[in-house]
Amino acid sequence: MNREKVIFAFFIVLALTLNFGFFVGDTSNPNHHNVYELYAALVISLICTVLKFGDRTHVGAMMLATSLVADLQLVAAAVIWGYAAQVGGGVDELILASVVSLSGGALMANILSVVLLVVETVMVRR
Amino acid sequence: MNDVIYILLRRLRAPLITLIVVYAASVLGLVLIPGVDDQGQPWRMDFFHAFYFVSFMGSTIGFGEVPYPFTDGQRFWTLACIYATVIAWLYSIGTLLTLLQEPAFGRLMRRRSFVTEVLRLREPFYLICGYGVTGSQVVKKLAARNIRTVVLDLKQERIDALEMDGLSIRVPRLCADASLPDVLHDAGLRHQHCIGVLALTNDDQANLAIAIASKVLVPERMVISRTESDVTTANLDSFGTNLVVDPFRSYAEYLVLTTHAPYTHLVYDWLLNPLHRHMATANKRMEGRWIICGYGRFGRALCGTFRQAGVELTLINEGSDDLIPPLHRVRGIGTEAVTLQDAGVGDAVGIVAGTFHDADNLSIIMTARALNPKLITVVRQNLGENDLVFQSSRADFVMEPGRIIANRILAQIKTPLLPVFIERMLREHDDVWAHVLLNRMSHVVGDRELDSWGIRLCQEDTPALLMRQPGQTLKLRTLMKDPRDRTCSLACLALMHRRGTEVRLLPGELCELQEGDELLFCGLSEALHQMEWTVNNYNLLQYLLTGRENSDSLLSRLLNPGGRR
Repeated sequence: MNREKVIFAFFIVLALTLNFGFFVGDTSNPNHHNVYELYAALVISLICTVLKFGDRTHVGAMMLATSLVADLQLVAAAVIWGYAAQVGGGVDELILASVVSLSGGALMANILSVVLLVVETVMVRR
Repeated sequence: MNDVIYILLRRLRAPLITLIVVYAASVLGLVLIPGVDDQGQPWRMDFFHAFYFVSFMGSTIGFGEVPYPFTDGQRFWTLACIYATVIAWLYSIGTLLTLLQEPAFGRLMRRRSFVTEVLRLREPFYLICGYGVTGSQVVKKLAARNIRTVVLDLKQERIDALEMDGLSIRVPRLCADASLPDVLHDAGLRHQHCIGVLALTNDDQANLAIAIASKVLVPERMVISRTESDVTTANLDSFGTNLVVDPFRSYAEYLVLTTHAPYTHLVYDWLLNPLHRHMATANKRMEGRWIICGYGRFGRALCGTFRQAGVELTLINEGSDDLIPPLHRVRGIGTEAVTLQDAGVGDAVGIVAGTFHDADNLSIIMTARALNPKLITVVRQNLGENDLVFQSSRADFVMEPGRIIANRILAQIKTPLLPVFIERMLREHDDVWAHVLLNRMSHVVGDRELDSWGIRLCQEDTPALLMRQPGQTLKLRTLMKDPRDRTCSLACLALMHRRGTEVRLLPGELCELQEGDELLFCGLSEALHQMEWTVNNYNLLQYLLTGRENSDSLLSRLLNPGGRR
């Protein structure tokens, strides 16, 4: 068992699950979407990105790309939320809907990331 | 070649993750810890304000407690955060700086910029492996002719020396082991503009590796290698290396020429050495018995060549009798008068000081000269740094392997016709012929450096020569006139004319030229620059042929309809 691989897989799967946890529920219902969950998803996604740095293989490059996409979407979601809450007129249904849909996009990227992880594992056959 | 970025990112993983975790924990703590607003109502910081606060706190800017003064609980947490973020930043920046200062990283960066520089070369260049005495000579001479080079050497000092040499053109250089295929590849071994590979390292195995790599990748490209043993020479020849230079053997051949054909020797010397010997040196008596001190690689090559030429020899050496040919032999080093007298220095004609030690060699010739002032002295110089001492030693010949190889290689690179000429001269002509030639050369250049160059009549090299008007014939004489004033001649001499397999030495001035002919000239390098004008510029050629100076523009043709064309 490779400790590094365990940590790597742990963070990638955690990024997916947290993201899914935030995303799931009624799109415009504030009770279904916890701000702490979005925060956790964002932080874990950033850590995942850094973990994928410096891998020279093709799969590694793909994984880094998916991670960067997830970061981009989650940061955009967080910025929209923060701007609406502090500067704009508060988090209404419309804002929440766009935040949740952005996190949905990030979810897709995270799913791809996990798929790639599985593909890589299957390729190793050990 | 993105190694650098990959290594940078890989090493930065730990510090970056530390930073993210510290920031995330700080922000989360501030959000969770209850505070009070300006009205004394319970209030909780949101993520936006928490991130804002941590951002300026982490970078130690410190705007104060915003938006409301903190409670003691929040201050506790802030205290912990301040130290954690500062340490995380120090750690990250420290790692980055260490990485940038690491020798391995610097090497990677240098390699990377070297590769880009080589890839951007858009002119023909030579790849030179080894920048010792030979390499630096070759690079300097090629730079003087505006020929680009790429240099590889194992030692950083030599690469630094190249930087200090102040060459007129930029030379990409790298400190790396040239016998490794990937280094050669980075240095442009497969580059479309690489026209020749010169293996000049002092390690025969490395030279062999370089030569074979080049021949395998691009068989038709020129490869020149130096060698120090017969086994390597044979090996290099076996796969078609274009020129293999064994410094000891070539010097022995050069020296043996003095004993029976002093003028031929001088012609050879003038054509190959930039600092040629004076004509008067040919008057010394050379035929007779020679003494050779030392039986190393040089001594062995000399003995073999001298014996073949039928020269009488006496050998002075220390050590065992093994492997020594049956010769008159005296034991000793040769630095003492007794040994030299035993060897019969009084009636010998020349002495060769060919041991491995420079000081011994100098001592031998000083002692020998004291015993017999008329002796011809040949001294071997092993280290390039001893130049000054050897120059003032007043020896007749200083044998320095590095320079010999450089001269041979430059003769080959300047024009492949030169070796052909020398070979023909040695085979077909006697010393009287050489004496006449030498007088003509001396008349042309005097004591200055005799340069030599080849010209081939073809569309690429000499476009003007092929654009003649009908009825005009091109004679050799035309080429040798000064394009600035056709009544003057250039300071040069035609050595050889080759048409297909037919070779003529010293062609006459009225020799008619055709497309495909090759000519070998020698003379001052200024003459070469002038001749380049003639062969490339149609108007100048017409001026030389007819004496009329026409600009040949459309306007002049319209104004002058009865003129040419």
